[in-house]
Amino acid sequence: MKQDLVIIGGGPAGLAAAIAARESGVEQVLVLEREKELGGILNQCIHNGFGLHTFQEELTGPEYAARYIEKAQALGIPYKLSTTVVDLERQGEGVLVTAVSRQEGLVQIQAKAAVLAMGCRERPRGALNIPGTRPAGIFSAGTAQRLVNMEGYLPGKRVVILGSGDIGLIMARRMTLEGAKVLCVAELMPYSGGLKRNIVQCLNDFDIPLKLSHTVVDIQGKERVTGVTIAQVDEKSRPIPGTEEHYDCDTLLLSVGLIPENELSRQVGVEMAPATNGPKVNESLETSIPGVFACGNVLHVHDLVDYVSEEAVQAGRHAARYILEGREESGREIPLAPQGAVRYTVPCTLSPQRMEEETVVRFRVGRNIRKGLVRVLAGDRVLLTRKRPVMAPGEMEQVVLKREWFSGNEEEITVEAVEEKEGT
Amino acid sequence: MAVIQLTCISCPLGCPLTVETDGAGQVVSVTGNTCKRGEVYGRKEVTAPTRTVTSTVRVEGGSVPVISVRTKTDIPKEKIFPCMEEIRKAVAQAPVHIGDVVVENVCGTGVDVIATKDAL
Amino acid sequence: MAAYDAIVVGAGVTGSAVARELSRRNGRFLVVERASDVCEGTSKANSAIVHAGFDAEPGTLKAKMNVRGNQLMDQISEELDVPFSRVGAFVVCLREEELPRLEELYQRGLKNGVPDLELLTGDEAKALEPNLTDEVCGALWARTSGIVCPFALTLGLAESAAKNGVEFSFNTAVTGLEKTSEGWLVKTNQGDFTARAVVNAAGVYSDTLHNWACEEKLSITPRKGEYCLLDKTAGGHVSRTIFQLPGKYGKGVLVSPTIHGNLLVGPTAVDDPDREDTATTAAGIADLTEKAALSVKNVPMRQVITSFMGLRAHEAGDDFVLGETAECFFDAAGIESPGLTSAPAIGEYLAELIAEKLGLSEKEQFDPLRKGVPHLAAMSAEERAEKIRENPAYGNIICRCEEVSEGEILDAIHGILGARTLDGVKRRTRAGMGRCQAGFCSPRVMDLLSRELGLDLTEIRKNGEDSQIVLEKTRG
Repeated sequence: MKQDLVIIGGGPAGLAAAIAARESGVEQVLVLEREKELGGILNQCIHNGFGLHTFQEELTGPEYAARYIEKAQALGIPYKLSTTVVDLERQGEGVLVTAVSRQEGLVQIQAKAAVLAMGCRERPRGALNIPGTRPAGIFSAGTAQRLVNMEGYLPGKRVVILGSGDIGLIMARRMTLEGAKVLCVAELMPYSGGLKRNIVQCLNDFDIPLKLSHTVVDIQGKERVTGVTIAQVDEKSRPIPGTEEHYDCDTLLLSVGLIPENELSRQVGVEMAPATNGPKVNESLETSIPGVFACGNVLHVHDLVDYVSEEAVQAGRHAARYILEGREESGREIPLAPQGAVRYTVPCTLSPQRMEEETVVRFRVGRNIRKGLVRVLAGDRVLLTRKRPVMAPGEMEQVVLKREWFSGNEEEITVEAVEEKEGT
Repeated sequence: MAVIQLTCISCPLGCPLTVETDGAGQVVSVTGNTCKRGEVYGRKEVTAPTRTVTSTVRVEGGSVPVISVRTKTDIPKEKIFPCMEEIRKAVAQAPVHIGDVVVENVCGTGVDVIATKDAL
Repeated sequence: MAAYDAIVVGAGVTGSAVARELSRRNGRFLVVERASDVCEGTSKANSAIVHAGFDAEPGTLKAKMNVRGNQLMDQISEELDVPFSRVGAFVVCLREEELPRLEELYQRGLKNGVPDLELLTGDEAKALEPNLTDEVCGALWARTSGIVCPFALTLGLAESAAKNGVEFSFNTAVTGLEKTSEGWLVKTNQGDFTARAVVNAAGVYSDTLHNWACEEKLSITPRKGEYCLLDKTAGGHVSRTIFQLPGKYGKGVLVSPTIHGNLLVGPTAVDDPDREDTATTAAGIADLTEKAALSVKNVPMRQVITSFMGLRAHEAGDDFVLGETAECFFDAAGIESPGLTSAPAIGEYLAELIAEKLGLSEKEQFDPLRKGVPHLAAMSAEERAEKIRENPAYGNIICRCEEVSEGEILDAIHGILGARTLDGVKRRTRAGMGRCQAGFCSPRVMDLLSRELGLDLTEIRKNGEDSQIVLEKTRG
């Protein structure tokens, strides 16, 4: 089978990319989705708070997904469900996608370009080396979310949650509404990784204590969890002896981080960025392999789906341009260098010749900053300065760069976040 | 008269707010906020806090056991658990479409509970 | 008349091996297992190494069974469709002054009859294994050492036994033994069974069982060993099993590729009387990290996907206890390392003794072959396409990390000793063993178990009776 563009993943990123590519004039767009419906992880995110940026209204996950699904269907974009891509390789100028499904068996698709939109997965218990037994009753928060919201089953009645990421906070409320008792949320860091509004509406509303600088130091129970022990940690995240507190519980939920799911990206050989666990991309969201683009949580973990959609539109448009116009000579690729508190930037490089009028650069900071400044410099030439009253590791930041600022001779573009007093 | 401590959720800054009320429950002052939105939030949160409730309702005759639902708009915060009780008892008959009313006027709030997903 | 010729207590690798060897003979055999599945004790949590046999003292049963077990492994793995590879092993020496002890180990290996041993200089070893530390000053290379899938080996032996007529009774814990005129009365939580002979393959409880039957008492102390399993991206860090030369700083830990391409680091060794405690500890994990770094540099411990604890049945006499220790009571007790390697030899040895004692004749129609669940991810595109054409369920991927399909899971459920639990499916198919550690696939595997076995989701378990995964329906 031949296609112009294959999109791997039919969640918010894949759908927005597919729609953008079709609207940019690509006829043959095919979306491959491993689940039995489009929408990705949004289908289990039944809480509200999605779409404020995109639609100026507060939607739930399934409603947000439905807007894109309807649009893709209206445009007649074909998709295959329950279809898993098992292999991705380069072939000539394009890629060869191997996918399997119950209905079609093993299919191989030659495509001129591909958009990686596989999303991310949750960090499991093993990655944290939490000591203790390995009984039933330990779930990543997303697994519990699926069990409650889609399967209609309650995974536990007395619950301790480790990690104050948004999914953990959302599940604290969800389990409480379903009659479970959430005893506490323990967070290793001295600050929460979740949104303020979730702490207020998911924990404070239900008097669920948030224990910052705490972690789980033991799990008890042979077959099913019977209890966990948490302890306070010092500034190096080491448990402090004597601070242990025991909770009798039947469930431990983990919300301790998300990891972009890049097995296929590695298989096809794209260069990866260690800070994001996602592919390195240029301003067109193209990976190190020509014609292979990436967007959404597979590229870097986002906190708001609205930004995923926005990013995916870019990826879809650039993929369309690549298919319709061929790859333009890029001239120089100028690296973007994170500085100060900036941990990473997406994209990693920028070509002034190829870039559109404007390019959005997204980044995260590695620590909390109050009264901060974001600056973009080319050498010692300051291109942009923006004040930020607060920046936090849990909140993605962005700046918009304009093509007119660049001559093409720049050595490097630095993106830095600092406290205001340092920066002035 | 009472003094209530809150965290503002209007933006990521999360200002710690102190809201003072008089004997009648009327807000006398909001302090700790760094912008106008903080004051508005503080007043509402103390006098008439509201929340959207999201949950699931059992479906009969469909291919999935439950569908997701939400209150169409915010309801008073103290109605969250009574609202859950009604949601727990409700049964939807497939096919259900996004926006279909699943529970009318939940707990007398004047707000309907609507489906947020199709169940065919 | 006794209902069974022999009852084997314990469906770990040893009990399963004995059962399979018994099934070559005519007779009625039963395996009783207190857990819900085979391979639920020490057999599931060990180094997964097929040892060459240089470690044990010459003349001991450990030495004999190890060397014989190693020899048998090619044929066994072939017959039973068990992933096995002779990747070889290095025992590395980290101090010049200990080199004579490496030479001693070499000599011991020769005495035990271990083939293809070779002493290497530090540089020779490092040329073959570039990630060895600079401290490595010599190595004993055992080419016959291998890595095996311990789940597949145990399942293979058990399923082969079942295929050849051995009965299995799970969730059956032995509560007592009584001598009868015809043999033994085996009391269990599921009722009593009679047999002419009893085989004790009860792992960390083998002393309890033995002491019910025998005058001369045994004493097992569980020796706890913690392990860390690393992601497949770390699997190529070493290409052989790297042992440390046991020395005054302890026995050391191994770093090894696994047969499925992960990297394994372990074990610690702590004696603890608690036979049920398989909790990992912060100290254990720290200890492993520190010790592994002595022999192998830059072990990427950040890529740990899971850690686990195994209990080794250490007997005070420091050797395997094998043979007829009371009238018609046959011990396979104190089976610690190299127990996995030795299992086929122990099975062969004990079944022969039992057959002789009971006068069991050879079966004519013994079928030595057994097929495991197919592993589609390892197949070529053509083979895979063909498989999916045969059965479309092979096209429906359930576990995305290990690429396990619905078809493979259905095979596991409907196999001869079919999986009944999430862990059972995991050990037969690897679904849930990958880097997300079952986050995505467990609800889907639960759905399949529920559909195929006609159970509600609340009845699906991780392993034992009390390991329910979801507690109740949220709606009606």
